[in-house]
Amino acid sequence: MNRTTVRVVVGVLVAIAVLYAPYYFEPVWNRELSRAAYFAIAAMGLNLLTGFNGQISIGHGAFFGVGAFTSAILVDTHGWSFEATIPAAAVLAAVVGVLVGIPALRVKGLHLALVTLGLAVLFPRVGQKYIDGAGGVALVRPKRREFDSLLSFLADDQWQYLETVLIAALLFLLAWNLVRSRVGRAMIAVRDQEVAASTVGINVARVKVGTFALSAAYAGIAGALSVMIDRAADATNPLLAFRNSIEFLVAVVIGGTATITGPAVGALILVLLRRHTDGLIEGKEVLSPAIFGAALITMIYVLPEGIVGGLGKLFGRLFPARAAVPATAGAAGPDPSTTTTTPTEEEP
Amino acid sequence: MDLFIRYILIGIGNGAVYAALALALVLIYRTTGLLNLAQGEMALFSAYLSWWFTTHGVPIGLAIAFSILLSMIGGAVIERVLIRPVTAPGKSHLNVLIVMLGMFLAINAISQLLFSTDAEPMPKPWPSVSSPGDPVGRSARLLDIGNTSISWAVGALALTLIGLCLFLYLLLQKTKLGLALRAVASNPASARMVGINTSAMLMVGWALAAGIGALAGSMVAADRGSVSPGLMTVVLVYAFAAAALGGFDSPVGAVVGGMIVAIAESLTIGYVDALSTIELVVPFALILLVLLVRPTGLFGRRVVERV
Repeated sequence: MNRTTVRVVVGVLVAIAVLYAPYYFEPVWNRELSRAAYFAIAAMGLNLLTGFNGQISIGHGAFFGVGAFTSAILVDTHGWSFEATIPAAAVLAAVVGVLVGIPALRVKGLHLALVTLGLAVLFPRVGQKYIDGAGGVALVRPKRREFDSLLSFLADDQWQYLETVLIAALLFLLAWNLVRSRVGRAMIAVRDQEVAASTVGINVARVKVGTFALSAAYAGIAGALSVMIDRAADATNPLLAFRNSIEFLVAVVIGGTATITGPAVGALILVLLRRHTDGLIEGKEVLSPAIFGAALITMIYVLPEGIVGGLGKLFGRLFPARAAVPATAGAAGPDPSTTTTTPTEEEP
Repeated sequence: MDLFIRYILIGIGNGAVYAALALALVLIYRTTGLLNLAQGEMALFSAYLSWWFTTHGVPIGLAIAFSILLSMIGGAVIERVLIRPVTAPGKSHLNVLIVMLGMFLAINAISQLLFSTDAEPMPKPWPSVSSPGDPVGRSARLLDIGNTSISWAVGALALTLIGLCLFLYLLLQKTKLGLALRAVASNPASARMVGINTSAMLMVGWALAAGIGALAGSMVAADRGSVSPGLMTVVLVYAFAAAALGGFDSPVGAVVGGMIVAIAESLTIGYVDALSTIELVVPFALILLVLLVRPTGLFGRRVVERV
């Protein structure tokens, strides 16, 4: 069996499982899986920015929130149909992304993390001041029937699940094609060595701001979808945007930075983990972040390249890209440089 | 005019706290090149520790001293156990960022588990006037200038900051340990070659930062009158703004930055109604402005990168 066959087989099996899931599970679990799907979209957006372009952001919760409120307000007070609000949410989040991306050109690494952290802390406060939801708080709840199934043979939860998964699949396909294109290679070159990238004619500023905008648009779409699943856009909790931002980043890192399937795997694990740690010990809800934080630190030590990164290495060993030449196979084994699938190594 | 002076005084009091926490951030940045996102939560833990000592009959001054000592040990342990394994030259910052975020969540939760999930009254280490129904009392008046009275809180916070600066100046400039710390900050490889124990210096840097954070955390809790789980998150944002404004590698910059940020904050609260409840816009705008105009901050050094 060669690599391509294995990939196709695994891909088809996963696709069948994903499509069959809404008929197998209860509505509660479908909602949980839909949550994982929109989480995966936001994580993918962050992965494009952080994993492929090297710009660290812990402010994506704010873009997510912009998308959520755009969608919720358009549906609730302007009478748009929900599906039409998704592009609007993406555009608005992208505009905010450009506004943040331009100053971000001046800063890198942890400094950028800091600026975006400010964004996440600021967002709910601005929301509370300017968004006037029901009861005067920053909480917009569109009516339930806005999200009813449009197809008669699907129950509401199945419809919502399939819509979210379909959009997620499209966006993942887009990301997959993008990173293998000319633009994607420019993004990676900017991440690996900015000065060198500019000497070969890459417009560093345009690539960075463009990636920021695209990444924010992904988060905005995820936010819009979250309105459908959670039936609310919420900025009442001052730390929610911050918590979301952290969780997106965690999903990327757990799944595998700069991989295509990583964010989906990470998001699924995260949503399941959150569900299980939140109610783990009665009366000790504060324990949840403690376990979460500890799990995070452990993860970095045990699997620094994430689950997909680690599995990719294993996969590379089991199925080398080129069949080893019999004469040298016993002596050297597969050459690691040709089998690693994740381009995470950097020149010092 | 009186009102204006009062706002400035509030700014100076807060500024002392922001500056102290910013100093802790700067110390870690200089020795390890990291921005410690968990600094605020470490300070929160220390503040709860001070409070815990006072509930066991220890006078508040002594309680803060104990807390500082324990926090310094904790800081050194955190550096050695959690941070060291994920930092190496050339490694991505992402992993260390995740570890710090993990610390951020875990330390906050552990503080709540060990101590309290509620706001707890924090006694003041300076003279205060107690009144019935108010367990910790208000700060006593230190002196009057014209019609404006300066409370002990502002005086004590400012004096603490001055003492801290003096201590750091003497430590860094006049002792052998300080020389070694500066050497590691400026060039780790060369420092190692002349026989400085660089790994010990990294631990010392984190210990100092944790100790300063403990002092800042306890003082801000005393100033606010209580210590609660969300106490330090916003203070940390202001401290980051202060450090960014001053340049991340400059202690002088941290102090000046802290004062600018805090005075700007209190004047905004006082005079700009449009920004009420979102005065956090001010430090954020300051960070952005500084990064756009002068990325190295007011007092920072320009770093030349080799390709």
